[in-house]
Amino acid sequence: MPPLLKVNDLYVSFRTYKGILKVLDGVNLHINEGERIGLIGESGCGKTTTMKAILRILAPNAVNVKGRIIYKGSKDIMNMSRKELMMLRRNSISMIFQDPTAALNPVFKIGEQMMDIIKYSKVYEGRRMTKKELKDESLRLLKEVKLPDPERVFDSYPFQLSGGMRQRVVIAMALASAHELLIADEPTTNLDVTIQDQILKLINEVVEKRKLSVILISHALGAVKNMTNRTYVMYAGNIIEMADSHKLFDNPLHPYTQGLIESVPKLTGGGIGKGIKGRIPDYLNPPSGCRFAPRCDFVESTCRKRKPPWIEVDRNHYVACWLYAKR
Amino acid sequence: MNKLKLRITNLTRKRSSLETRKSSPRRESLKRAWFNFRKSPLSLVGLGISVFCIIVAVFAPYIAPYPEHAGYYINFDEAYQPPNWKHPFGTDAYGRDVLSRVFFGFRFSLMMAGVVLSLVVPPGVILGLIAGYFRGTWLDMLIMRIADVFIAVPPLVLALAICSVLEPNVFNAMMAVSLMWWPWYARLVYNTVSSIRNEYYVIAAELLGVTKTHIMFKEILPNCLGPILTKLTLDVGYVILIGASLSFVGLGAQPPTPDLGTMVSEGAKYLPNYWWVTIFPALAIAFIILGFNLLGDGIRDIFASER
Amino acid sequence: MKFLTYIVRRIAFSVFSLIGLSILVFTLSRILPGDPARMAAGPRAPEWVVEQIRAQLNLDKPIYIQYFLWVKDVFRGDLGYSLVTRRSVTFDVFEFLPATLELILLSTIIFIIGSIVLGAIAGRWAYKLPDNVVRAFAYIGVSTPAFVWAIIFQLIFAWWLGWFPTQGSFSEGIIQPPKITGFKLMDSLISGNLIAFKDYLWHMILPSLALAMSPIAQNARIIRMGMVENSGKDFIALAESHGLPDRLIMLKYLFKPSVIPAVTVMGMSIAALLSNAFLVELVFNWPGFSRYAVNAMLNKDLNAIVASVLVIGIVYAVANLIVDVIVAYLDPRIRYMERGE
Repeated sequence: MPPLLKVNDLYVSFRTYKGILKVLDGVNLHINEGERIGLIGESGCGKTTTMKAILRILAPNAVNVKGRIIYKGSKDIMNMSRKELMMLRRNSISMIFQDPTAALNPVFKIGEQMMDIIKYSKVYEGRRMTKKELKDESLRLLKEVKLPDPERVFDSYPFQLSGGMRQRVVIAMALASAHELLIADEPTTNLDVTIQDQILKLINEVVEKRKLSVILISHALGAVKNMTNRTYVMYAGNIIEMADSHKLFDNPLHPYTQGLIESVPKLTGGGIGKGIKGRIPDYLNPPSGCRFAPRCDFVESTCRKRKPPWIEVDRNHYVACWLYAKR
Repeated sequence: MNKLKLRITNLTRKRSSLETRKSSPRRESLKRAWFNFRKSPLSLVGLGISVFCIIVAVFAPYIAPYPEHAGYYINFDEAYQPPNWKHPFGTDAYGRDVLSRVFFGFRFSLMMAGVVLSLVVPPGVILGLIAGYFRGTWLDMLIMRIADVFIAVPPLVLALAICSVLEPNVFNAMMAVSLMWWPWYARLVYNTVSSIRNEYYVIAAELLGVTKTHIMFKEILPNCLGPILTKLTLDVGYVILIGASLSFVGLGAQPPTPDLGTMVSEGAKYLPNYWWVTIFPALAIAFIILGFNLLGDGIRDIFASER
Repeated sequence: MKFLTYIVRRIAFSVFSLIGLSILVFTLSRILPGDPARMAAGPRAPEWVVEQIRAQLNLDKPIYIQYFLWVKDVFRGDLGYSLVTRRSVTFDVFEFLPATLELILLSTIIFIIGSIVLGAIAGRWAYKLPDNVVRAFAYIGVSTPAFVWAIIFQLIFAWWLGWFPTQGSFSEGIIQPPKITGFKLMDSLISGNLIAFKDYLWHMILPSLALAMSPIAQNARIIRMGMVENSGKDFIALAESHGLPDRLIMLKYLFKPSVIPAVTVMGMSIAALLSNAFLVELVFNWPGFSRYAVNAMLNKDLNAIVASVLVIGIVYAVANLIVDVIVAYLDPRIRYMERGE
């Protein structure tokens, strides 16, 4: 059974007035049907860019987009026709954005935006929905995301809602057009701590109910560990490690992953980790070889010269690191 | 004597790259501002045009080919000449060289802009500072309500109205424009001050017992410089525009003063046959305003990128 | 409900400004050097005639009483007597104002459509050739005063190319429509006189275009910037990610947030059109209100001057009010957040 989605050697750069930022440097990942995978890494490492590339909604200044994104083993999303792409976006894959405030158009009412989304997700079912049907469907979705007063939300503008409510709206929208894969890009990062838990629970619920596959991107490492089957670790535009979630968090192999997991304060004591020295590389002139080399405590000469290969260290546990190449 | 020698050698010795004379933050930000400014070709064009116009204006009596044509001059033999080598912009109905008059026109316009802005900016800024600092009090209400009245009317109309009840001459025109211009600066500063008035460094200064004058001028004012400077530069163009419009209508400078607006209105009578008499002054107006507009945009970009 | 309060407050503010304006102009006109009564009577009239006129014009009373009497008159519709045209100023206003308003109306239509189209083109092909052309035009348009455009257009399109008339508002030999509303465009349509309608429109094009240049340039820039900025924003990415058709996104979801910041400026542009109409009318000899007002000013026709400024102030205030209301309607944040000020 081929994977639901397979990203092959994805390269993306961005043109800015400073120069070309070579962000994605050959990203490889896949997700099987019914699976939930996590994607972790620090801000700016390219997670959102990868997700946007999947749906082909990269910003206008994206250039040099190379690679293949194979959907259900047969179609390459990068080569899809306009019509096929639209079908994909309307019926198969959907995304929850990081900042719900930025994701909602400020000058349109929630109801307006929702109705348009529903209209264009169901129109290919062969029939057109009346305004009443659209509104009913919108209210149903808003109820599904546990909004207390769906009618009022429907009639409101985004700025009249709280952050948590806005995120629920974005989730409701995603549900309208996600029937196979849901991409949750840091759904809780911009919310109050008290709301974060609720939102994650909500996502869990709807995913269970609709049997969706999920890509979960989050800084809440605990949530990722518990909610996902497998997790990828990303750094500076490269995938550097992948394993079953529990295994990854209990036994991280890549120096970066180790530093990342160590920095999370634990209830069991042990203090706060020492962090990882340095900063993410400059994408204008990224280091040749392993992009983590400048910050790595275990760096060797090969690391700086050649990109590390993708090595299977244990059953279903892969790392991109020269440290493990000797075996 | 030895001390003096030491000082001189210290001043003139070669400095290593790590050492600079006065690397204060202000100097650094100026250098950065210039670097950013240099990057935008349009701003440089604007700077070039503005500087060119200023130089022409200042040295008009020396570089104009026929400086005496700027005032009373009549020579009907030379009248109505189309552009040629002797008179690149041609001559007008009185035989005056249009090019020279345009140079003096720049001089006139810039003088007017200079006078008006120096009259308008200090009071406007100070009033705006006061109103903004004492926001919410009667002082604020008073100043801003008066300012609002002036802003509620289109500038040109107000200028025309004021000029119309006075003798039509340059001086009155400048007074009229000044009178209705200050509220714009007051409002600009007021808005900026209102937003930073409650910043922590201001409140801290107040708690320390620093005098209000000091706070207003040393703490708050420097942060308003950006918008003020931008508006100032753009306003040079705008004042020239209004001045030219006033004289075009007949309410500002009177002939034979070489004001660009007057020249355009005088020359309009001779369209289309002697088109150069009116077209070149008209283009000159657009040219100088363009220069200051580009420059003003460039300055605005500098302050925007600083943030 | 909040919307209504907003409108009421805006109207109150406009009225307040107008009162202030009228006081200002009135005071100035009464302080000027020179004797208005003498000017009205003429240099050769005997002294007692001048005295009579002075009493008639209420010039012997204290200034605040004069103002009060004047305001009373205004509310009765009596704006005084013009020295130049020798008839009621109110009459003059109704005679000349419609022509100016029509000119401004056409200019407004031209510049709104023009700036949206140019701004959208520049935004859609940002940083490429169409964008650079539009931006170059924008700079020139903003810097060139309306009367310079007027002269250039008149020279090139009227004199040299002969595509349009050079002066006035109608051609010789065309039958003029009767005065029903005072607005020639409407009058000619109502009376079925299509020839006069086309002729009038033909005369209106150059002046309106000249007036519209500066606002087009200014607003196209703003719209372009809005479009470029908003294209990269998340809410557009969201719309795309849900498969909304491109046309829908461009015309609805990208359009509205990009145009709203421009609407405020458009309002100011319309107001500026009023002032610039002065100059353009002079160039094209258009029989509008501005020309009348300028004449009044040059001849020190007091009543006409004060009335002109007041009328223009009112039109300006009304235009601003309409624009503010439209902006508030389009951008919900403004009307809900006014309190926060």
